Amino acid sequence: MTENTNTPEMPKKEIKKKPKKPKIPRQPMPEQDPQVRAHNFKEVPFGYSIETAMLEASRCIMCKKPKCVDGCPVEINIPGFLKAIRDGEFDDAIKILKSDNALPAICGRVCPQEEQCEIKCVVGIKDEPVAIGRLERFIADWEREHREIAIPEIPEWTGRKVAIVGSGPAGLTVAGELAKLGHKVTIYEALHKPGGVLMYGIPEFRLPKAIVEAEVDYVKKLGVEVVYNAIIGKYLTIDELKDEMGFHAIFIGTGAGLPYFMNIPGEDLVGIYSANEYLTRANLMKAYDFPNYDTPIARSKNVAVIGGGNVAMDAARTALRLGAENVYLAYRRSQQEMPARNEEIHHAEQEGIQFNLLTNPIRFDGDDKGFVKSMTCIKMELGEPDASGRRRPVPMEGSEFELAVDTVVVSIGNGANPVLTEATPGLETNKWGNILADDDTCETSIKGVYAGGDIVIGAATVILAMGAGKRAARAMHEQMMSMELEEVMK
Amino acid sequence: MNEILEKRVLSEGVKDIIVSSPVIARKRKAGQFIILRVHERGERIPLTIVGSDPEAGTLRLIFQEVGKSTMQLGELEVGDSILDIAGPLGKPTHIENFGRVLCVGGGIGVAPVLPIAAAMKEAGNEVISIIGARNKELLILEDDMKAVSDRLIVTTDDGSYGKHGFVTDAISMLVEEGLTFEQSVSIGPVIMMKFTSALAKKNNIPMMVSLNSIMVDGTGMCGGCRVSVDGKSEFVCVDGPEFDGWLVDFDQLMKRQAAYLEQERRSSEEYHRCKLDAQVENLEKQS
Ligand SMILES: Cc1cc2nc3c(=O)[nH]c(=O)nc-3n(C[C@H](O)[C@H](O)[C@H](O)COP(=O)(O)OP(=O)(O)OC[C@H]3O[C@@H](n4cnc5c(N)ncnc54)[C@H](O)[C@@H]3O)c2cc1C
Ligand SMILES: Cc1cc2nc3c(=O)[nH]c(=O)nc-3n(C[C@H](O)[C@H](O)[C@H](O)COP(=O)(O)OP(=O)(O)OC[C@H]3O[C@@H](n4cnc5c(N)ncnc54)[C@H](O)[C@@H]3O)c2cc1C
Ligand code: SF4
Ligand code: SF4
Ligand code: FES
Repeated sequence: MTENTNTPEMPKKEIKKKPKKPKIPRQPMPEQDPQVRAHNFKEVPFGYSIETAMLEASRCIMCKKPKCVDGCPVEINIPGFLKAIRDGEFDDAIKILKSDNALPAICGRVCPQEEQCEIKCVVGIKDEPVAIGRLERFIADWEREHREIAIPEIPEWTGRKVAIVGSGPAGLTVAGELAKLGHKVTIYEALHKPGGVLMYGIPEFRLPKAIVEAEVDYVKKLGVEVVYNAIIGKYLTIDELKDEMGFHAIFIGTGAGLPYFMNIPGEDLVGIYSANEYLTRANLMKAYDFPNYDTPIARSKNVAVIGGGNVAMDAARTALRLGAENVYLAYRRSQQEMPARNEEIHHAEQEGIQFNLLTNPIRFDGDDKGFVKSMTCIKMELGEPDASGRRRPVPMEGSEFELAVDTVVVSIGNGANPVLTEATPGLETNKWGNILADDDTCETSIKGVYAGGDIVIGAATVILAMGAGKRAARAMHEQMMSMELEEVMK
Repeated sequence: MNEILEKRVLSEGVKDIIVSSPVIARKRKAGQFIILRVHERGERIPLTIVGSDPEAGTLRLIFQEVGKSTMQLGELEVGDSILDIAGPLGKPTHIENFGRVLCVGGGIGVAPVLPIAAAMKEAGNEVISIIGARNKELLILEDDMKAVSDRLIVTTDDGSYGKHGFVTDAISMLVEEGLTFEQSVSIGPVIMMKFTSALAKKNNIPMMVSLNSIMVDGTGMCGGCRVSVDGKSEFVCVDGPEFDGWLVDFDQLMKRQAAYLEQERRSSEEYHRCKLDAQVENLEKQS
């Protein structure tokens, strides 16, 4: 940063400090060629080399009052770990990173950095911001590849037992934090694999499952037990966990696992999937490797994906990798309004996803066997801003057109899955079924029962789920430690 | 966990197993099901919980080998374990003392009817049951059904045993006898449920059907199991599996069940070939 940067955010002190010359450009991350990667499930970017990482880290001017940290929901000491990378002190870097974020290899890949830490980076005012996410990914990968993952010393058992429902990022974070404090932690997971959306939703080419497994392994090594195939509300209830099984605190991190459909004619035709189903078949069940894996999935020529978020991009890019010739993305607003990360939109475009913007499906038609064969859409134009501040799309009369498709993936969002809440009397929810929890402590309407992540705030991000997990863990720890041990051991 | 403790063959390709699963055995109610996975690369398949022994901590499952996954399950022997069992899933059957209840099961569908008939009987209903199969060899659970029914009618399509005809013929016969039913349940191939439901509606008999749509998670997360009931899309795994037979769109269900026919055929053919290859290899080794 140079003297002539007189933005109000710039703290004076920093200007005095002799800055590094920011002449080094933001380092690109090498990635698979779009034409090649559109046909395989391997991860798209290769990650930084050691040299590139050190060079990129040297672009950070090590602000005394780092703005980037304000942008990170878990407040990672960003200049701290960047400095360590710059200096080649990788072991220190990972230690700093992990003290605030237990899942760095994941966040470095899927965090919307451009809207969080990086958007605040002061280098970004004149130049491109420091690639914080890529460096986070780099150092986490370096540790996994070069080090026996260090397990912190676990204090003696506190006598307290914690149950966690759901092994998504929220649940894993609470588990890790509380295990490190000496509590006995058991996670109950509905599926046969841990990780939540990290495992069943986000595709292999964006987040390799081996990485998710390694991060979960770390949590297990902290002494956390995971019980799979345990759907709380059906298998056991919250009341049973609390009253009969003697857990002193419970955390609910069940995510936003209820797919929304559009409720338009023909939506139940064969070949019309929710993104959850399409991605679960492909990722969790590895249907892309059928028949080596037993779960089938449609392999079609013409696929339409409806929606404009990360989930839609993931579904569209998955369809391409399953061999589709044409993948159309139908989104009812314009590209500016797309909630997906820029990087994902960019990757999707590069790979050849055909964007049909300002386009809304109104009907599906099928063949005599009940398979979808076409989608009728209407063109939209942007009207007045709506409650979300985005301009409301309005249909243009007479603009209907038909598209030949043999698979449709509906990815217009997810709501709260009611299986647990319906089976838990006294647990208050809002009108959308999200659990009501205190902003600071994450405690719900039931004492000793906490909740966080997508089940509370609606479909959001990995790092927000982890942030909630950290707040919940802190409150749960305090609450449990304030209990008399006798009460605890009863 | 999930160890197979007993195994019987009920008819060609139909197996009856007792599996250790203590929590589910304690929790389950009539009408509920589990989802299992046989091996690490396996798919998740739903099976009705036919019965349970809460004290012994065991479940009874009865399944027909129709494709690769059920065949692989059928190969597990006593002492082997099922990799994953998740449940109990779905809403339990609405059981009360209705008065006189008709229970209809066709083919493998007799297995899911059995726990419902038993629960209806226990709730004080007069239970009249009809079970049907293509022929005598394929008929299952006759004794079990007899034990929980006040009256049991058996039909076979070819007349090789019991009454010659379809289960619908037996329903008509009962109606002609002048019997009325306050509730009924019908489970079997979709086509059978379609016809029994139409007949029940004609005779003003309320009828529940248990739908076997294709499932993945079984927790309401994917929507793959959806069916149209009274024009509304419902998720079979969480809103069902039982629905009002008068209102179900059976034609659509049949189409949705056929979604992966091609691939399933490929998968089981390949599986057969592998098994044959292995046998040949074994024979070659031995000789
Ligand atoms: C396809 C897709 C792509 C995404 N891409 C990104 C991205 O790039 N960046 C980003 O930051 N975020 C992304 N997100 C959002 C992000 O994944 C979620 O916000 C985050 O995973 C929420 O974490 P969670 O712990 O609250 O819930 P989840 O990850 O949903 O985990 C919930 C877990 O609870 C289990 N569960 C549910 N009910 C029960 C029950 N009754 N009993 C026991 N277990 C239960 C579920 O099986 C699941 O394992 C994406 C989401 C999807 C679907
Ligand atoms: C709630 C529920 C309860 C069930 N209970 C029983 C039971 O007690 N005993 C039993 O034998 N079967 C039961 N089924 C059906 C059983 O799940 C399927 O037979 C099994 O999944 C087939 O798997 P496969 O790989 O062996 O055959 P596949 O090769 O996958 O399929 C062979 C044939 O079965 C059909 N099929 C595939 N998947 C399913 C599915 N999930 N449900 C229904 N049909 C399917 C296909 O259309 C195809 O015609 C139940 C299904 C549901 C939804
Ligand atoms: S966790 Fe996310 S927001 Fe925080 S520093 Fe890392 S990439 Fe940025
Ligand atoms: S990353 Fe940017 S904002 Fe953060 S310390 Fe470095 S230069 Fe400052
Ligand atoms: S099986 Fe996925 S929602 Fe029913």
